[in-house]
Order: sequence, then C-alpha cells, then structure tokens
Amino acid sequence: MNTTRKLWWGLILLILLSPLGLILPEVFKSGPAWGEWSLEEIEKMVGFIPEGLKKLADLWSAPLPEYNVGGWEKKGLFRSSLGYILSGFLGVGMVVLVTFLLGKWMRKKDPPAQGS
Amino acid sequence: MHIPDGYLGPQTYGVMYGAMIPLCALASRIVRRTLQQRHVPFMALGAAFAFVIMMFNIPIPGGSTGHAVGGVLIAILIGPWAALIAISIALGIQSFLFGDGGVTAIAANCFNIAFVMPMTGYWAYRLIGGRAPAASRRRWIAAAIGGYIGLNIAAVTTAVMFGLQPLLARGPDGRPLYFPYPLEVAIPVMALQHLLLFGIIEAVITALLVIYFQRTEPSLLEVEGTKT
Repeated sequence: MNTTRKLWWGLILLILLSPLGLILPEVFKSGPAWGEWSLEEIEKMVGFIPEGLKKLADLWSAPLPEYNVGGWEKKGLFRSSLGYILSGFLGVGMVVLVTFLLGKWMRKKDPPAQGS
Repeated sequence: MHIPDGYLGPQTYGVMYGAMIPLCALASRIVRRTLQQRHVPFMALGAAFAFVIMMFNIPIPGGSTGHAVGGVLIAILIGPWAALIAISIALGIQSFLFGDGGVTAIAANCFNIAFVMPMTGYWAYRLIGGRAPAASRRRWIAAAIGGYIGLNIAAVTTAVMFGLQPLLARGPDGRPLYFPYPLEVAIPVMALQHLLLFGIIEAVITALLVIYFQRTEPSLLEVEGTKT
C-alpha cells in the first residue's frame, strides 16, 4: 500500500476516534475553549453581555452547530458521538472537495507560468 | 482559538480581511508556480488532517478545552504557503458548516491559525533543522520545537486580538462592546494553556508524524527545501 493511501486510511481512523474529543472533556468536566463561550456563559462570567457582541453573535446560523446533526449533541453520549463522526466525514468530504477543485484550478494555470 | 462572531469589533475583523486577502493572493501565486500534480492530494490530506485534528478537544480538568492544529506539520510537508491555503479551507468549512469560528472572524482565524502558526513554526523548523539530512534526529526535534512555537505564537496573536477589544470599543456606559477581557488577562491565560498543555501535544503530534515520514517516505521531507 502506498503512503498516500495509508494516510487516507489513517485519516478515516482519526474520524472514527474523534468522539474522544467529545467524551474526554465530558469526563474531566471541562467547558468550552477559552474565548469561545456562549452568550449565557459570558453573562455568567462578567455580569453582562457586551452590546456589540450580542448583535453580531447570531449573524450566521450554521447548519450543523457543534459538529453534530439534528440536535444529537443533547441526546446522550452515544448519539452525540455518532453525530460527531458523521460531521467528521461530511466536513472532511467538503474540505477535500474544495481543495481538489482549487488545486485543479491552480494547476491549470501552471504551464504558462512555467514558461516565463 | 476559533474566534466566534461578535468577539471582535468591525475595526479588527475588517483589518484582518484587509490583511488576509493579499496574503491569500500571494499564497496562491506562489503555490501556483510550484504546485505539481502529485502535490494536490497532499494539500487535500493536509486540509483534512487539520480539520479532523481540531475535533479532538483536549480538556484541562475542570477548566476549558483546546486542541492541536497540525499547522506546522502541514507546512513542513507542503510548504507554508500551500499550508495557508489548505488550513484556510478547513477553517472556512468549520465556520460555515459547523459554526466553529465566526464568519466575520474567518480572516482573523485564518491569520492566526493558517498564517502565523505555519509560517513561524516552519521557519523555526528550517532554522533549527539546518542542513541536517531528512531522516536525521535533528529534523524531528526541529519539527517538535516548530510545532510548539507555532501554536504558542498563534495563541498569543489570538489573545492580542481579544485583549485589544476593550481598548478599541466601549459603549456610552463605559462597558466593552465586544470581547470583555483586557490584554493583561487574555495574553497570560491563552499563553499559559498553550505553553503548558496544548503546545506540548502539538509538538508530540508533529514529531511523531515527522518520524513516521522519515521511516516511510523521507523524500516528502526534502521537497520543501528545493521548492520554496
């Protein structure tokens, strides 16, 4: 098996293991990353929600928030892990697709650049 | 390290868009000149790896969480400019699809995670690695230090963006309009978390994968020297 193929398999393995990133913080009772709090958490910490922050916070509602599907993040660790894995595959699929398209577009303009 | 919407005021995220657009244009010019057919799968692998590794939230018991990025490893394998593009793609998908990092803050997040981290870490790696052979011990040690330095500098530039907010914008009542904590809080907290935990994990991951490539396909570690 060549290196590239092995690396893709490694990547798939990582996606399957990714729920560890969900379970370990649960086990150690850790909150969100520092500087990535929800509005409620900010209010609890500093006593108010900054005016401008409140206005911008909901500008974009992502289709799959928290790397999960259809609210599965609240339906127990098994369901949320499954949703996390699905999100991992979907995200990686999108990332790979965009990179290949961009790579293809960049390469097309390659020959004239080489000539100069 | 993914700055959400609302944490930065328009002056800050606007300036970051102003900085990232020419940087991305420069990166695509450099990559276009050097990109070969066989590099595209590696760019895709790099972008995918960055995406997945950031899903592994690492807990500080009873505190917050963080994660590694793999940014310096990717820069070592495909060069820092291709890494900028690859990691930016991952950050864009994270933001639009999964709400990880704000859409107004995409440029700021790309600056910290896709530009500052791979660039500083990569040059630390080159500087420390010197002319040592690709399969040498010195190379993987250089990679570990590069990963550690890159993640920590990115954490600090993120903290500076946070901490500047109370200085830049306050409401009529004197309260901060955006991120509420000052530089004196943001920098030490972000720096300590990454110096003591997340940076070490980044260093270990970077070193282990460089060692893996040294054993399986050391030619991958040589490309960068001749290409940029």
